[in-house]
Amino acid sequence: MYRFKHHRPTTIDEAQSIFAACDDPSYLSGGMTLIPTMKQRLASPTDLIDLSQVEGLTGITFHSGLVRIGAFTRHAVVANSAEVAKAIPALAYLAAQIGDNQVRNRGTLGGSVANSDPAADYPAAVVGLGATIVTSQRQIAGDTFFQDLFETALEPGELITAIEFPIPEKAVYRKFPNPASRYAVAGVMVARFPRGVRVGVTGAGPCAFRATALENALNQSFNPDALNAVEIPDAGFNSDLHASAEYRAHLVKVLAKRAVQALC
Amino acid sequence: MQITLTVNGTLRELDVPENTLLVDILRERLRLTGTHVGCDTSQCGACTVHLNGRAVKSCTVLAGQADGTSVLTIEGIGTPDVLHPMQAAFRECHALQCGFCTPCMIMAAIDLVENHKELDNKSVREGLEGNFCRCTGYHNIVRAVLSAAEKMAAKA
Ligand SMILES: Cc1cc2nc3c(=O)[nH]c(=O)nc-3n(C[C@H](O)[C@H](O)[C@H](O)COP(=O)(O)OP(=O)(O)OC[C@H]3O[C@@H](n4cnc5c(N)ncnc54)[C@H](O)[C@@H]3O)c2cc1C
Ligand code: FES
Ligand code: FES
Repeated sequence: MYRFKHHRPTTIDEAQSIFAACDDPSYLSGGMTLIPTMKQRLASPTDLIDLSQVEGLTGITFHSGLVRIGAFTRHAVVANSAEVAKAIPALAYLAAQIGDNQVRNRGTLGGSVANSDPAADYPAAVVGLGATIVTSQRQIAGDTFFQDLFETALEPGELITAIEFPIPEKAVYRKFPNPASRYAVAGVMVARFPRGVRVGVTGAGPCAFRATALENALNQSFNPDALNAVEIPDAGFNSDLHASAEYRAHLVKVLAKRAVQALC
Repeated sequence: MQITLTVNGTLRELDVPENTLLVDILRERLRLTGTHVGCDTSQCGACTVHLNGRAVKSCTVLAGQADGTSVLTIEGIGTPDVLHPMQAAFRECHALQCGFCTPCMIMAAIDLVENHKELDNKSVREGLEGNFCRCTGYHNIVRAVLSAAEKMAAKA
């Protein structure tokens, strides 16, 4: 790991002004992605801006029809929250499936979403539940947030402060985990809202996306067999040593059917 | 950078480069070599210690993140005469062979027992997913954790 300077601001404003004044800065949240990346020298920021002391980035609150989770909230906190488990059981379940106990004790919601790893779990919830990403500057719709492999709508220096998840009537998350890392080879969040069904997919493409063909079929008839005839084209899907694009497309349908089955 | 942390109950003030990892502070500076480095890529769990009471991989914690925290390592949980119930259970159940994974398997297992309710065969296996053992096949480790969990509950 190259040398860097470690900053520990206490306010969002301070964090942003340090960011603006540095050569090649990076925010540091749980560090469970950034530190391994720095060790491999795939990232070499001059300055780390540690978010752990910044006020207002933690906590889980409930507003009309929404669960709002601070960006610095660790995965273990979401996984073990009785209130989250009551409001959106699928979200607490998803958090409990991330990596392992030690990873969940350090990794945070904001870090996971800002990173847009194609195999990360939370992005499926952001898209599948139609969440809103609250940043230091604005609010960004979950549907437009993930743009490509490790690419999001965030501008340089823009800080995620919280994420607001609408509470569905019911939702289920199903993933096919990589047996070594637990990252999602494919993961699907199916959520029923009064306005209709939403399906968020992670792991399969370069970033999380809504599977509109699956949503349309489920809006017509909400049962697993309604998905039989839906084609999931594998064009642009990820293909690596873990799974081919074709296999991932197959998994998306299988996982969506299992999720719907659990919801029926 | 100047950092202050409590390690196994003792307050330590250290001056370390910013890019120092907690595991290197423990092993190189404090000579607490029971915490191991297996992979250095956040996968194997051989470097597990408790940071403010929760199991973490110390190869993925920076000096500046450890500043102000309380750290517990394998050296801090028992003595050769009075083993921690988890250490005793590992010995009784033959839950180790080469011993490389053992210190941190024990630290991860204590977190599991202290912070997670009802443990059974399945939840212990899931709870230890972040710790690799290349020798035992895990079976006796799971037995040891369940046995220690009973003793720790009886003591509490
Ligand atoms: C062994 C292992 C297994 C894992 N398995 C899984 C898994 O199964 N599923 C899964 O989803 N993830 C998995 N992860 C990743 C883990 O969830 C990470 O915690 C997560 O991806 C990053 O969160 P972090 O808080 O650690 O962020 P960091 O590593 O601190 O930061 C990641 C990136 O986000 C940026 N960032 C952080 N916070 C903010 C913010 N508030 N605003 C803007 N930018 C920000 C940082 O600058 C950095 O670029 C695994 C990691 C490991 C090491
Ligand atoms: S050495 Fe830290 S996880 Fe392997
Ligand atoms: S006893 Fe040898 S690695 Fe576990």
